[in-house]
Amino acid sequence: MRMTGAQAVVESLKKEGVEIIFGYPGGAVLTLYDALYESEYPHILTRHEQGAIHAADGYARATGKPGVVMATSGPGATNLVTGIATAYMDSIPLVVITGQVAVSLIGRDSFQEADIRGITTPITKHNYLVKKGDELPKVLKEAFHIAMTGRPGPVVVDIAKDVFAAEIDFYYPEKVELRGYHPLYEGDEGVLERLAVEMEKTRKPVLFVGGGVNLSDTAPEVRALVELTGFPLITSLMGLGAVPDDHPLHFGLVGMHGTYAANMATTECELLIGIGVRFDDRVTGLLEQFAPKAKVVHFDIDAAEINKNVRTDIRVLGHLKWSLSKLLDILRDKCDCEALQEQMRPWLSQLNDWRSENPLSYEARAGQVMPQAVIEIVDELTQGDAVIVTDVGQNQMWAAQFYHFKNPRSWLTSGGLGTMGYGLPAGLGAQVGCPHKKVVVITGDGGLMMNCQELDTVAKFSLPVKIMVLNNQVLGMVAQWQRMFYGGRYAHTNLEGRTDLVKLAEAMGVPGMRVTQPDEVRRTLQEALAMPGPVLVDFRIPSDEDVMPMVPGGARLDQMVMGGK
Amino acid sequence: MKHTLAVLVENRPGVLTHISGLISRRAFNIESIAAGYTEEADTTRITVVVEADEIELEQVVNQLSKLVDVIKITDLTAMDAIHRELALIKVKASVETRSDIVDIVDIFRAKIVDVNRETMVIELTGEETKIDALCEVLHEYGIIEIVRTGKIALSRGPIPAKEL
Ligand SMILES: Cc1ncc(C[n+]2csc(CCOP(=O)(O)OP(=O)(O)O)c2C)c(N)n1
Ligand SMILES: [Mg+2]
Repeated sequence: MRMTGAQAVVESLKKEGVEIIFGYPGGAVLTLYDALYESEYPHILTRHEQGAIHAADGYARATGKPGVVMATSGPGATNLVTGIATAYMDSIPLVVITGQVAVSLIGRDSFQEADIRGITTPITKHNYLVKKGDELPKVLKEAFHIAMTGRPGPVVVDIAKDVFAAEIDFYYPEKVELRGYHPLYEGDEGVLERLAVEMEKTRKPVLFVGGGVNLSDTAPEVRALVELTGFPLITSLMGLGAVPDDHPLHFGLVGMHGTYAANMATTECELLIGIGVRFDDRVTGLLEQFAPKAKVVHFDIDAAEINKNVRTDIRVLGHLKWSLSKLLDILRDKCDCEALQEQMRPWLSQLNDWRSENPLSYEARAGQVMPQAVIEIVDELTQGDAVIVTDVGQNQMWAAQFYHFKNPRSWLTSGGLGTMGYGLPAGLGAQVGCPHKKVVVITGDGGLMMNCQELDTVAKFSLPVKIMVLNNQVLGMVAQWQRMFYGGRYAHTNLEGRTDLVKLAEAMGVPGMRVTQPDEVRRTLQEALAMPGPVLVDFRIPSDEDVMPMVPGGARLDQMVMGGK
Repeated sequence: MKHTLAVLVENRPGVLTHISGLISRRAFNIESIAAGYTEEADTTRITVVVEADEIELEQVVNQLSKLVDVIKITDLTAMDAIHRELALIKVKASVETRSDIVDIVDIFRAKIVDVNRETMVIELTGEETKIDALCEVLHEYGIIEIVRTGKIALSRGPIPAKEL
């Protein structure tokens, strides 16, 4: 079929089943946007390109579908960079379509020219510059395939302006053939047999679950593994939601702000089975002393993750759907799982002791709204069923610690890059993807301001996002480090914000509420959650509350400082 | 230990930048990198020499393999393979020293590819160590400039790297 390059992009998106585009137009994509107009393609116009890309990222995390972003050349494209890096670090599938200046102008420092391919090379799974119309369908087919298969990630497709106007013969390929890209699905079964033998022998194992489980939708398999073996489970920040937090064998978050039980279990275990994790430094603490007594097993789809940070004794490569199902089969076939569960008793009683010795806790202060209590009440009122989207900082850690996640893909946070400004736009995108779910954004006063323009988008599209601002008037997490490690010298972390957040929200069309007294928290939350549309609640919390427990940077996990009650 | 890797990649713009960018970002110790066309028009072959222990080598190979444009990586270090580098060395050569230099060139089986009143350009192909040795000997005559290609390597026997 004859059509223009711009129409070919639209047709390709239709073939891929793309429901919605998050974007922002400009000169280089005028022709493309004209094709969107013509086809009435669903599109969310954000108020900043960074908002668009975080929204697409939130949409992808919440739905498991690829997020699609469009932006113009030059500044449009460079505004996406933080969002691309955010998605890359957390392996989120995005297809990012940017306009580029016309082919004849490339390389001449033309108006609004930026080498976005060069800029994004280290932060994309793959990227393209399209200079010929005929290549478009093939490139887009490849882009979606690469973004979604193997270890997912963002793919940038930069398209020269004149390509959108070029006439092409549209033919969308059925299959992708790339000589250098063969994502692994099945790995080595023999390894799993050997692992099963190790699992049968062990008396102190830990299943350490990460974001890979959420990404591969293998929460049911992980849960089955926990229940079959009776092994205790801990998670990384990205692994929350894979198994419900209130499962008796779930001992919580491991790492810098992890639970005492999870960090002690890691220190004392003799078999650590990492599933879809990358042993980030926020998890391991002092790397040399991480899980010092354990044989380490590592399940991953990406061979480059093996031995990157932690030395692995048994590697299980392949898609988790394959490896976990296979392992379950082998265990059911060959192991006496009842005996195994029995064998866990002393270890589990040790873990339960650790849990009851030092549960997550905080000290309520008279007359003060405690951030942890806000999260607890949100949890209670939504019964762990909301999609929780956070910003970065203390608000993020309190949400991770005090919300009781029940479902996979219900915890959206920028874990790897730690991008402030992520929460509000990602919540917007998640709500677009899940119109019938309760989406609750937990954000800080600092992070909110980084993309507060998206309040306008939330209002424009009547997205019923509930925005909870834990307003401590400071860049709380940084201030906490200054308090703990820099003698309380608060260098530029005091925001002393002049902005009335309630008025800000209302100026942008989102109803606002403020909570200054602890006894108002529940009633206000009830009201906010029951409202049909979006709402922002400004919770005035103390400025000097710490996230506890904490493993100081570079310390061992068992050297955690407890705090709390 | 030094490892010699044959990296076959798609012959596309940006591939070399991608590879060298990844190497520098991940702080791998690369000694040399040499790229050129191959028997297939759409394939470029890059020979990378990397200083790495086993674990580091695994990272280099796995991280590079992840790039969509990387088709195949073969470690030629332990294989029966021919390793070569080419160097051009411009050395000061006066009437008095010229014949000495010619002798040295003969001993090394190098070639003189340019001569004028003050200088000579010597071409030498060989293993790295041989080139190092020649440079050392020529040092006392005054080396003006050296250019080296970086190592390239090819396995012996009928099987190409892409099938190894
Ligand atoms: C874009 C960006 N800039 C800076 C930081 C460093 N940083 C991490 S947490 C934090 C403070 C966040 O303050 P706020 O949003 O008010 O959240 P709080 O910690 O107070 O809950 C800062 C500045 C970051 N993570 N991201
Ligand atoms: Mg704050």
